[in-house]
Amino acid sequence: MSKTILEIRELKREFQMGSETVRALKGISFTVQAGEFVTIMGSSGSGKTTLLNILGCLDKPSIGDYLLDGVDIKKLSRDELAQLRNHKIGFVFQAYNLLPRTSALENVELPLLYNKDISVSERRERAIHALEAVKLADRFDHTPSQLSGGQQQRVAIARALVNEPVMILADEATGNLDSRTSYEIMSLMQDLNGQQGKTIVFVTHEPDIASFSSRTIQLRDGKIQKDTENKEPRSAKEVLANLPVTDDY
Amino acid sequence: MNISNLIRIAFKALQRNKLRAFLTMLGIIIGVAAVIAMVAIGQGSKQSIHDQLSSMGSNMITVLPSSNLNGGVRIAGSSFQTLTDKDIVALKREAQYITEISPSLTAKGQAINGALNWPTSMQGVSPDYLDIRMLTLKDGIAFTQQDVLTSAKVCLIGQTVIDNLFPNGENPIGKVIRFNKIPFQVIGILNPKGQNAFGQDQDDILIAPYTTVQKRILATIYYQNIYASATNEAVTDAATTEMTSILRASHRLRDNEDNDFTVRTQAELINTLSSTSGLLTVLLTVIAGISLVIGGIGIMNIMYVSVTERTREIGLRMAIGARGKDIMLQFLMEAILISITGGIIGVILGIVSSNVVTLTLSWPTIVSESSVVLSFIVCAVTGIFFGYYPAQKASRLDPIEALRYE
Repeated sequence: MSKTILEIRELKREFQMGSETVRALKGISFTVQAGEFVTIMGSSGSGKTTLLNILGCLDKPSIGDYLLDGVDIKKLSRDELAQLRNHKIGFVFQAYNLLPRTSALENVELPLLYNKDISVSERRERAIHALEAVKLADRFDHTPSQLSGGQQQRVAIARALVNEPVMILADEATGNLDSRTSYEIMSLMQDLNGQQGKTIVFVTHEPDIASFSSRTIQLRDGKIQKDTENKEPRSAKEVLANLPVTDDY
Repeated sequence: MNISNLIRIAFKALQRNKLRAFLTMLGIIIGVAAVIAMVAIGQGSKQSIHDQLSSMGSNMITVLPSSNLNGGVRIAGSSFQTLTDKDIVALKREAQYITEISPSLTAKGQAINGALNWPTSMQGVSPDYLDIRMLTLKDGIAFTQQDVLTSAKVCLIGQTVIDNLFPNGENPIGKVIRFNKIPFQVIGILNPKGQNAFGQDQDDILIAPYTTVQKRILATIYYQNIYASATNEAVTDAATTEMTSILRASHRLRDNEDNDFTVRTQAELINTLSSTSGLLTVLLTVIAGISLVIGGIGIMNIMYVSVTERTREIGLRMAIGARGKDIMLQFLMEAILISITGGIIGVILGIVSSNVVTLTLSWPTIVSESSVVLSFIVCAVTGIFFGYYPAQKASRLDPIEALRYE
């Protein structure tokens, strides 16, 4: 029996916009087990971003419970949430959000700087290990401006891995990339999920990307429209192999 | 987050923007260098004024006979004869704050060398007098206590007298000159002192043992003045009080009687001049301090810009686990690093420029440790004070909004 990483019960989130109350999430429940690769899909205005913020412990639900790895985030203070994010979540963003003029290795080390239990040598070791896991072993000293978009996103994934989180939370992680590079990233994600058993929650609006995951949750107007198991996810590696070689230039 | 991580993060952040960090620092550098150089110049001029005064004997105390009531009429002090050898003995025996003491009496007269003569004055003093007035000999020797006891007919000669009695450049040492018909052997030549503050030629003088002037010239048992020097300048007031009480006792004055003498010090003059240059130092320091504050505002300004510009970075740091406190400390540490590094460079620059001022303009400068320490502390405080609000602003950002900031 696999472990429950994520448990959401009747989650609601409301915002006060002047005199109007905007109900972004209108009661959502689902659980994610360890080792799942879940994509959350939805068009803009579906409450996708709000859900992502809550899943990432950046925001709290108005009503309902959210348990991350057994911890009820409702009871936590701002600082405790920060610590929870530091220990349990690995973020991957659409815009990479790497520190400029800072080497890949130092970028990857960043989350560990905020964990006082980790020594300097362990920090370095784990950062090197994480970069090797995303196949960037030869790019330690490169700054983001010296890396391609796909490489930058892989540095960001290494940064998300370095704190050994219970869940990787990706927000449109392929949104800024061309299809080939997107497939490369998805292939990496599938490897992390399949070979290393990492739990991945991937927010996207592209059905193409969602087809690589093992489960898709479709949001619409603040509610779950569909929650489907993907029996046979596509392999990003195969798609990549079948892509026509573009030698236009 | 521990302190070494914190410094590391702040240092890395500054490193990413070296030029801006330096430009921000520049305000502090100039401010601190200005404070140190200005204070050094102020202190230097204060010290040099002080030294000049000290060369006249800043710890010198003068006792003069004072006016007194004589049948209801106040009589000028100089015509009074109250100071005697008894007073000198009492002062030597009892006073603790004075190191040297000399009676003094002056006779006017004509100095004669062969066919040449020159109207001058002869001052009778004890050997201590040279030290009290900081007089030095260019040549020859000073008279001794033995000469005082024997009322020896020896004298020290001032440059003006030499110029008039020995115009052809012969060495006056060993020569016998006459003063008021009494022959004196010249045993030493005084170093020229020039005019005093009132235009009086201090070199137009002969100095002889006071007993000689007392017995052989003036035929008196009284002294015109008593000169003494206090142990150091700081105790001149205490020495004055002490001498006053000793002299009152020696003169057997009752409590209701006025002093029949006056004790004077140079301290007042020194205080006036010191406070003038002290005021100068304060003014210079205030100006320099203002530039330091402006430097601080520069830091605040840049830190605000930096917080805005790095909003996404702050959002990211928060997302991956930085607490508000961590962000706050990071920005505070950046501000402190800027101000302290600026402070160190400023201190060095201040010391160097003080030395340059001394070398090129030959103004005396004194780099005081207190100004270095003080401006360094002010720097750190400036960093904390002006870095605080931007840092607080950064720490209060909402990570969700910060991450989406464009």
